[in-house]
Amino acid sequence: MNRESFRRGLKDGVPIGLGYFAVSIAFGMMAVSGGLTVWQAMLISLTNLTSAGQFAGLGIIVGGGTYWEIALTQLVINLRYFLMSFSLSQKLVRDVPWVHRYFVAFGVTDEIFGVSAGQEGRVSPWYNYGAMCVAIPGWTLGTLVGAVSGGILPDFIMSALGVAIYGMFLAVVIPPAKKNRAVLGVVVCAMAVSALFAWVPALKHVSSGFVIIITTVLVAGAASLIWPVEEKEDDYER
Amino acid sequence: MRGNVYIYIAVMALVTYLIRMIPLVAWKKEIKSPFIKSFLYYVPYACLAGMTFPAILTSTSSVVSGAVGFGAALIAAYKEKSLVTVALVACAAVFLAERFI
Repeated sequence: MNRESFRRGLKDGVPIGLGYFAVSIAFGMMAVSGGLTVWQAMLISLTNLTSAGQFAGLGIIVGGGTYWEIALTQLVINLRYFLMSFSLSQKLVRDVPWVHRYFVAFGVTDEIFGVSAGQEGRVSPWYNYGAMCVAIPGWTLGTLVGAVSGGILPDFIMSALGVAIYGMFLAVVIPPAKKNRAVLGVVVCAMAVSALFAWVPALKHVSSGFVIIITTVLVAGAASLIWPVEEKEDDYER
Repeated sequence: MRGNVYIYIAVMALVTYLIRMIPLVAWKKEIKSPFIKSFLYYVPYACLAGMTFPAILTSTSSVVSGAVGFGAALIAAYKEKSLVTVALVACAAVFLAERFI
């Protein structure tokens, strides 16, 4: 076990856990009002660990959709994790047993991927475990609180916590964008493309999961044609 | 509700786990292609930036406070503050904006 990585993961997991706690309160409330038990709501959060996918899945369960429908919806909404895991597959340290990859996979969320991608050089599975140790309880307990209480935190605190995860994403992408023109280009273009999907009427109906996939493939693909990463400045080799 | 809730939950969890697990296990070897390597190097930046904007503007109770939080987070991130600090600065800015604007 790599204590240093684990401790860093725990620390970076704290704001993730707090943000998750706030968001999952809303999920717990919705699940119970849709007719699920408190235990079922918590079980969904504990086993899925994904916000958009769970909200969509809940809608299908409550609306009486088919099993195929729920499988397909999860596939579409959560397909972005495929890209994240692909990227992470090259960033994990190589001298640990492969079995770690099966455990790391469970915790590939937008936020945990975000912080591990922000680590210099290769990342240890123990860093991910540290973040998961805070994030998973935060997500599951928030669901419990929402399911039991029907909202315990005042609105202004929920509102302020809503911005936390985006602050973390910016803390990951902005510092490298200062030093590297190509990264800056990628960040600005990705924001512009996803804004197009949010604001152009004809594109508004594309689901949020697909918007992320299209934006990522388009912008990262174009960037690798325009600014191929040279072996020397390869992030993984540092 | 029509089907068994536990089967719904199992299907959701399984599909989501497979999406996360397959790439990590399938690409154990180091990828040599310069294009794919470049692509994977840029993926986190494109993905995280695309998820942040414009969603951050609607993540709070008003677009104004969302924009204030965005601005504050950008400045803190530009000064290379830690993840926790940037997140807290953004929360504090939203809190103040909703109180005073």
